[in-house]
Amino acid sequence: MAGAEIEALIRHLAKLPGLGPRSARRIALALLKKRETMLDPLVRTMMAAAETVKICSSCGNFDSQNPCAICEDNRRDASIVCVVEGVSDLWAMERTTAFKGRYHVTGGLLSPIDGIGPDDLKIDLLLARVRRGEVKEVVLALSATVDGQTTAHYITDRLKDAGVVISGLAHGVPVGGELDYLDDGTISAALKARRPM
Amino acid sequence: MAVSWEDQGLILSVRRHGEYDAIVSLLTENNGRYAGLVKAGASRRMKGALQPGNIIKASWRARLDEHLGTMSAELVRSHSAEVMSDPGRLAALSSACALIDALLPERQHQPEIERGTIAFLRSLGTEGWAARYARWELDVLRELGFGLDLTACAGTGSIENLVFVSPKSGRAVSAEAGAPYANRLLALPAFLREQTEASDADVLSALALTGHFFETHVFSSQRQPMPAARSRLIERLAK
Repeated sequence: MAGAEIEALIRHLAKLPGLGPRSARRIALALLKKRETMLDPLVRTMMAAAETVKICSSCGNFDSQNPCAICEDNRRDASIVCVVEGVSDLWAMERTTAFKGRYHVTGGLLSPIDGIGPDDLKIDLLLARVRRGEVKEVVLALSATVDGQTTAHYITDRLKDAGVVISGLAHGVPVGGELDYLDDGTISAALKARRPM
Repeated sequence: MAVSWEDQGLILSVRRHGEYDAIVSLLTENNGRYAGLVKAGASRRMKGALQPGNIIKASWRARLDEHLGTMSAELVRSHSAEVMSDPGRLAALSSACALIDALLPERQHQPEIERGTIAFLRSLGTEGWAARYARWELDVLRELGFGLDLTACAGTGSIENLVFVSPKSGRAVSAEAGAPYANRLLALPAFLREQTEASDADVLSALALTGHFFETHVFSSQRQPMPAARSRLIERLAK
């Protein structure tokens, strides 16, 4: 139907998250139809990203500089580190603009079923950061899942003697949430974490 | 003709399949351990319900019985959320689910194990959970056909002062009969025989005992390692 190059383009696009063969075909066609305004700039941008974007050696974030802009920003509070599973979670935290500290990306969660153990995560790097002495509080912003909380408890154990405050994100009723629509687990977690008004 | 069932079951493991779907392993009330593909099982809406330890009402359907089948799930009780903030209890829940997932053959009805596991998870919020976990492992061994005989001494027949277990026969040994071989015998904590209090050290001894028989009778023959979740529970209890 199409040339080998177009087929290869569709095949590669279809591997991207959220895309299947049909949407990959639509994107390939759109790119080829608007070569100058879409395809060429995209190729240049992707080439530039491939050449310049690195993983921050301090926190594990993606950036074109190493250490990343967040780690280098002196206006941020270096005494508080937020531990997240992946860069997408870091971006989610940044979107809130509520957190002014620094981050640490673990690169995953402990998961016996997927064979991911402590050595596969960047926990030693976090311990090394904490031991350097600047960090006073570690906020564990990991998923409220069995794997997420198992990882959180494991990190808490490892940091127990480090002399830092360890906190975790609250679990419970989301903003705009109605009790009637929440699952039992969320309601019981919210009830356990109730606070005086 | 398509095959299908509706049943209630305990989620043992959830493995992501592709971007949105998940393969869920379930210990059902009437059908044994079953796996099925849950469409959109890895989505935000379903992820909270599909956690190990949770009880769901499941409908399973496949064109042929030997197929993986698709499953739809509705949350009945969220044990995982109840224990999530407690590291020890969460480790026990993970260990129980991982053990059952690794030990039980698929699609064989195991009502005693199912009932015992659900009862253990229901009582996980109360005191004495660690001792109950060790007793649950002992029950699982028995249901798998490797029950230990802790009623009388293998050497003398005595029912007094039973403090060891033979690693070969799985039978209790009294302090007197076992004294010359003490370094080769496994410790038998008293709470496994009688309803007595158990310290953390007792529970660790009990887990060493059950672990030995799981290892030699089940996991080594299957050439599988013990589940990492169980090792993590032992590490936690040892602290």
